[in-house]
Amino acid sequence: MLLVRCPWCGDRDEAEFRYGGQADVDYPADPHQLDDAAWGEYLFVRANPLGSFNERWVHTAGCRRWFSLVRDTATNEMSPDIPRRRESR
Amino acid sequence: MTVLNKVESETAAPETATAARHSPLEHRAAELERRSTSGARGVRLHEEPFLSQINLRTPPGGVESSAVSDSLGLPLPTVNRVSGDEHHAVLWLGPDESLIVAPDGRAEHLLRTVRDAQRGGSGSAVDVSANRTTLRLSGPAAREVLEKLCSLDLHPRSFGPGDCAQTLLGRVIVVLWQLDREPGYRIMVRCSFADYLVDLLLDAMAEFLDG
Ligand SMILES: [Zn+2]
Repeated sequence: MLLVRCPWCGDRDEAEFRYGGQADVDYPADPHQLDDAAWGEYLFVRANPLGSFNERWVHTAGCRRWFSLVRDTATNEMSPDIPRRRESR
Repeated sequence: MTVLNKVESETAAPETATAARHSPLEHRAAELERRSTSGARGVRLHEEPFLSQINLRTPPGGVESSAVSDSLGLPLPTVNRVSGDEHHAVLWLGPDESLIVAPDGRAEHLLRTVRDAQRGGSGSAVDVSANRTTLRLSGPAAREVLEKLCSLDLHPRSFGPGDCAQTLLGRVIVVLWQLDREPGYRIMVRCSFADYLVDLLLDAMAEFLDG
């Protein structure tokens, strides 16, 4: 069981969270300019690194806020250096 | 999270049909009484139905939050804390979200007070009294009972009177609020999960029945 650090509530059991996939996937500035391949890329294609990965989590059973963190996909170590960029969303 | 919607003008609240209402756990009151124990390893469980509950959204640190705080006569709580006492309290739920808790029948008055304070600013106040019912778990063994169902560290060094948390008890999302050192807790749970949560708690209490 992982211990996930919610930036608001502190360390909580993994069962209180849901995973939200890769962080910082920007909505296209002008979706109508994209062809099908580029739109498909935006919708479905995600990075799959071995090592550091910026990802979204939501504290479903707690404060219900979304936040980002950096997880090492090989060791599951989570960095306390939470990327601040999207915390306000 | 930013609260964008402006405060709506006040609408008249409907008359509450207090005579016809039923609490989610009233059919188990006698059972809870029977399974509660006193003494050095005692633990008691009962329902505190119909508490007034107002969900409050307010931009943190803004003029709205000091106006709301003044109108309630209580500071808005810091993270994972409760301000006030069991008769008039504000619980921290999130960075811009709190829960006002008061005795039965206070919701309409509180709603009017808070909305007046929010007028012209951002935020919202909603009567959510019917969302959750409240269980009170108390006695020397209360913490041991909760620890069987909860992954939080409830030891006094990290969780004490005036602390609150939204967390899981078993599979159920609850608002857990420690009231005093005995220890005594309030567990606020959605009405449809109340029966299941009582099953879990009574099972966890069983070992303390014989002393
Ligand atoms: Zn949280």
